[in-house]
Amino acid sequence: MQAADKHIVIGTIGSDAHMIGAWVLQKGLSAAGFGVTLLGAAIPQEEFVNAAIETHADAILVSSLYGMGILDCEGLRDKCVEAGLKNILLYAGGNVAAPLELQTNWPEIEKRFRDMGFNRVYRNTVTVSEVVDALKSDLGIEG
Amino acid sequence: MDIRLLIDFGSTYTKILAVDLDRGVLLGRAQALTTVDSDITIGLKSAYSTLLDECGFQDRHIKGRYASSSAAGGLRIAAIGLVPALTLEAARRAALGAGAKVVCAYGFEIDEKIVSEVEAASCDMILLTGGTDGGDKDVILHNARMLADSRLTCPILVAGNRVVATQVRDILEARGKTVSVTQNVLPRLDAVEVEPAQALIRDIFIARIIEAKGLAGAQDFVGGEIVPTPKATLQAAALLADGTEDEPGIGSLVIVEVGGATTNIHSVCSGAPSDPLTVVKGLPEPRVKRTVEGDLGIRYNAPTIYDLTGEGPCRTRLRAIHPSLQEESIDLGAHVRTLSANVGYVPAGTLEYDVDIMLAESATGVAMQRHAGTLREEYSVVGAFKVQYGKNLLDVENLIGTGGIFKYGYRPERVLAAARFSLGTPWSLMPRDPRTYVDSEYFLYGIGLLADHFPTQALRIAKKYLRPQRSDG
Repeated sequence: MQAADKHIVIGTIGSDAHMIGAWVLQKGLSAAGFGVTLLGAAIPQEEFVNAAIETHADAILVSSLYGMGILDCEGLRDKCVEAGLKNILLYAGGNVAAPLELQTNWPEIEKRFRDMGFNRVYRNTVTVSEVVDALKSDLGIEG
Repeated sequence: MDIRLLIDFGSTYTKILAVDLDRGVLLGRAQALTTVDSDITIGLKSAYSTLLDECGFQDRHIKGRYASSSAAGGLRIAAIGLVPALTLEAARRAALGAGAKVVCAYGFEIDEKIVSEVEAASCDMILLTGGTDGGDKDVILHNARMLADSRLTCPILVAGNRVVATQVRDILEARGKTVSVTQNVLPRLDAVEVEPAQALIRDIFIARIIEAKGLAGAQDFVGGEIVPTPKATLQAAALLADGTEDEPGIGSLVIVEVGGATTNIHSVCSGAPSDPLTVVKGLPEPRVKRTVEGDLGIRYNAPTIYDLTGEGPCRTRLRAIHPSLQEESIDLGAHVRTLSANVGYVPAGTLEYDVDIMLAESATGVAMQRHAGTLREEYSVVGAFKVQYGKNLLDVENLIGTGGIFKYGYRPERVLAAARFSLGTPWSLMPRDPRTYVDSEYFLYGIGLLADHFPTQALRIAKKYLRPQRSDG
């Protein structure tokens, strides 16, 4: 299995217009050989799911910087299940919760995302190579 | 005179209302026990001859007859979907909006245990959904195979992923099941489309269920079609709120219907947040919405209300209604069991009447909390903001009570007060300052029956006979 066989959908969710993180990921993942669809900013959940169906995606990467990530991501797994994407990987990253929560309560935030059906969640300090390694490991890609 | 008869075959009583459309008045009413177990027309004829005797008109004066039925258990549907918050919720809404009772509901893959539960539930229909159009196929195919292997004989309605609809039909028909296929209740993740499924439920109800429930004889008397009673009430709600071209409606409304076995809430309003900055979650809410609480009713389900509310709070509420409770004693636990065992029980004395009021008040509060949406606060980088789940009823203009307790009870305002916004449950988006009315003639179902044929006249009669209450709650 190679990265070129895998397709990733990326976007900034909800009402969030900060799309630099998603843009950096697109460059990085493309350079690593993945097929990437960048949806842009302020993307509703339905659009992530529809794009994943159309592109036969293996993962959806959700970016959120404005602190409402938990709320915006709630229900995304349910929609994937209904749309026939039961096993698709879901990652979230950025300032996915209120600042104080992020500083003091990271394990709780990770738990909330796990409970919502997300496979991984990252702070805004994550690097592209960490994400590439995680995707390779989760998708069973060697090297 | 333009006399029309409005007939309801209830689970206990067959009721007939006579109205004069020319003058817009109720002429009279009669009722007799429903005789669905022997011959439905016996009770019907008995009520009918009483009505003729009392009102003094003849059979030949009657220009039309319209009927609804909740006899023989009403229209019982099992809903099957995939994700509980998505296709299963859409399936439930389709069934409830068609006037059905959802007797069981299951998400994800069903197994043998669930199939035997469905078999035991004596459903009139199964509504099988799952997957958006082009979405998941596996679960609905699995569930179709499970149903195909079951001993179920009732019609199965398929309203799931279009891509596998034919395959689902083939699987079921290969094992001799009666199958009807219609459009998906959730064709896209952001679109609930229940109307095609509801039209099909209605067709099957008319074509098969009426016959199966022993209502065929009644059909001959009525002449036209018979609709499920809750559907009639829902039609009345929509007509009353929205009006017609010639007669304005009364605006957004909630109807609380407290029965012996269930408590039903109907709302007609947009349900959008009062504050536009609020974030709304969940499936889009229908403007005309009905929910049925099958565990809340002041006779058959009186013990459930008592258990849900708790003995202490029940006594506190009863004391507020009946201040001399200290001197009189009543074993509430035993009393609610008596009510459950004798569903036709008529209260003896004011204390027992007040217990009925307390039960109705408690049932209304719980049913409204389940029907109304909720509001909670979340925190973000830019501070607090509000999140709404479900339907916002805060600004609903009218609140109407219907059901036996409002016809016979003498403190309807107490029951209706439980349906209003309360500082004790500030997250629950119940009506803040509605005008309140009581259906003291118990005629709303009849308005719904007329709504299809004579909407303007029906609406005028409704406005004339709904009794306004003091609105200080």
